[in-house]
Amino acid sequence: MGSLNIENVRKSFGPVEVLKGIDLEVTDGQFVVFVGPSGCGKSTLLRVIAGLEDATSGRVIIDGTDVSATPPAKRGIAMVFQTYALYPHLSVRDNMALGLKQAGEAAAEIDRRIQVASSMLGLEPYLKRRPAELSGGQRQRVAIGRAVVREPKLFLFDEPLSNLDAALRVNTRLEIAQLHRRLGATMIYVTHDQVEAMTLADKIVVLNAGRIEQAGAPMELYNAPANEFVAGFIGSPKMNFIDGTRLGETVKTIGVRPEHISVDAAKGDWKGTVIHAEHLGADTNLYLDCEKAGLITVRIFGTYDAEPGAVLYATPQPGKLYRFDADGKVVK
Amino acid sequence: MSRATTSLPRSIAAHAILIAYTVIALFPVILVIINSFKSRQAIFREPLMPPTSKTFDLVGYVTVMKQGDFLLYFQNSLIVTVASLFLVLLFGAMAAFALAEYRFRGNGLMGLYLALGIMIPIRLATVAILQLMVAGGLVNTLTALILVYTAQGLPLAIFILAEFMKSVSDDLKNAGRIDGLSEYRIFFRLVLPLVRPAMATVAVFTMIPIWNDLWFPLILAPSEATKTVTLGAQLFLGQYVTNWNAVLAALSLAILPVLILYVVFSRQLIRGITSGAVK
Repeated sequence: MGSLNIENVRKSFGPVEVLKGIDLEVTDGQFVVFVGPSGCGKSTLLRVIAGLEDATSGRVIIDGTDVSATPPAKRGIAMVFQTYALYPHLSVRDNMALGLKQAGEAAAEIDRRIQVASSMLGLEPYLKRRPAELSGGQRQRVAIGRAVVREPKLFLFDEPLSNLDAALRVNTRLEIAQLHRRLGATMIYVTHDQVEAMTLADKIVVLNAGRIEQAGAPMELYNAPANEFVAGFIGSPKMNFIDGTRLGETVKTIGVRPEHISVDAAKGDWKGTVIHAEHLGADTNLYLDCEKAGLITVRIFGTYDAEPGAVLYATPQPGKLYRFDADGKVVK
Repeated sequence: MSRATTSLPRSIAAHAILIAYTVIALFPVILVIINSFKSRQAIFREPLMPPTSKTFDLVGYVTVMKQGDFLLYFQNSLIVTVASLFLVLLFGAMAAFALAEYRFRGNGLMGLYLALGIMIPIRLATVAILQLMVAGGLVNTLTALILVYTAQGLPLAIFILAEFMKSVSDDLKNAGRIDGLSEYRIFFRLVLPLVRPAMATVAVFTMIPIWNDLWFPLILAPSEATKTVTLGAQLFLGQYVTNWNAVLAALSLAILPVLILYVVFSRQLIRGITSGAVK
């Protein structure tokens, strides 16, 4: 229970085509993350799955049933929103109960489910409070609780951590990961933050300009990006892209990740000057202006003393170079 | 107000301006009220003085109560105002929700069409409205007034409410849809409470011109049974002699209901602002 198939879904707003034919398969229990820059269509795709937007063409199939014409409440989904979207006039308990009441569940069953969800999320002390009396993190937990009590086939998360501060974001990320393991439910999660994508996902779907650029396990995307866009989007700091002709290569662009470059004060492939150094403790990011390769970023694990103006030699690790043709596709 | 931005001279200046404005705005109202409690000679001799034990006289109120059916006039005014207000808020909010929430062909044009009424005064169409009411057999009924005032109030109501409804979180409405709420429940239970301050503003803007209007009651419903308070007060304004005691007393009484309605709405306004919103 909880598979999802998307077949050639297109969505236009007037003359603007936001989704340009999306095909996707999600198996039961998977945690799938849609990631991409803003305006890439990831939220629209989630809304189409939820039934909040009608697809212009194509089919959405949940658990083998075509739900393209089914209203959101009957699709067996639950959704958590970026702005929490709690009902301001209802208590925490009633916020969770409303959807079940609408669906005609028995009172005893509603009580049981709220009991289970609130103990799972540590919400018991707040059940009688209004959303206005809760902090941001508590509100998002209530919103997650409201999704859990529905016992949906599919959980949909629309950038649920974007409104939380950094520390809370890490905690809530962990809670969502545990929730997924505990419930074993299928979850679809939209974010623009690639760290959330890498840490949570079984499968990442990278979207750009209304198309799927690549879909696969996090490490698959990291190690074998299909094209320049995915290579640049996954990984932090971003992959260095160097004009192929500058390095005497036949391909359009050469890519190398900052963590796959080593530096040496005496010798190496690319001579460069340090523009700026970021000391993060666990690692150090150096920005080097190289004669041959242009401006590149180098990530060194641990601390490394380098002041702006110092001359260093950078050497890419063998076998960690990516080659892209003029269309941005990887050349094997 | 934060400490850093207030200085004594500045706050004195601000208060002086506000107090001056308050005095200017309240002066005619207070004049009406104090003179309504005075005898006829006192009104003319010392119009600016408050009533003293010598000049105090309730003759105006007595005349109002005796002459003409003022209780009925009040009732008519209240029925017309409250019914029009209810219809303006209900239909205005629903139209505004549709314009703000749904994408459909001609949405922008429809909004423009509905806003046109703000720019074109409804009184230009008085003759046509009268013909319409005659044809519909609605002359000398309160229904005629309610229909006209509803039409008069809708454009501004839709214009203001649509802007406010666009600002209500989409996520909240979508959460309602996923929980299986009907569009009507989303509208009445989720959206309306959040735009309550705007509703109160619209209510006040709509209510006052209706209550004070003399034009349409005079033309559409001048009969004894359907007179409104403003029209009823004209009874005391003669061509040669004006019974000032009675006019002032009638006007003083006419302030009361609208004041009560205003207090009701301004409380709603404050409650609307302080209730917990989405974030």
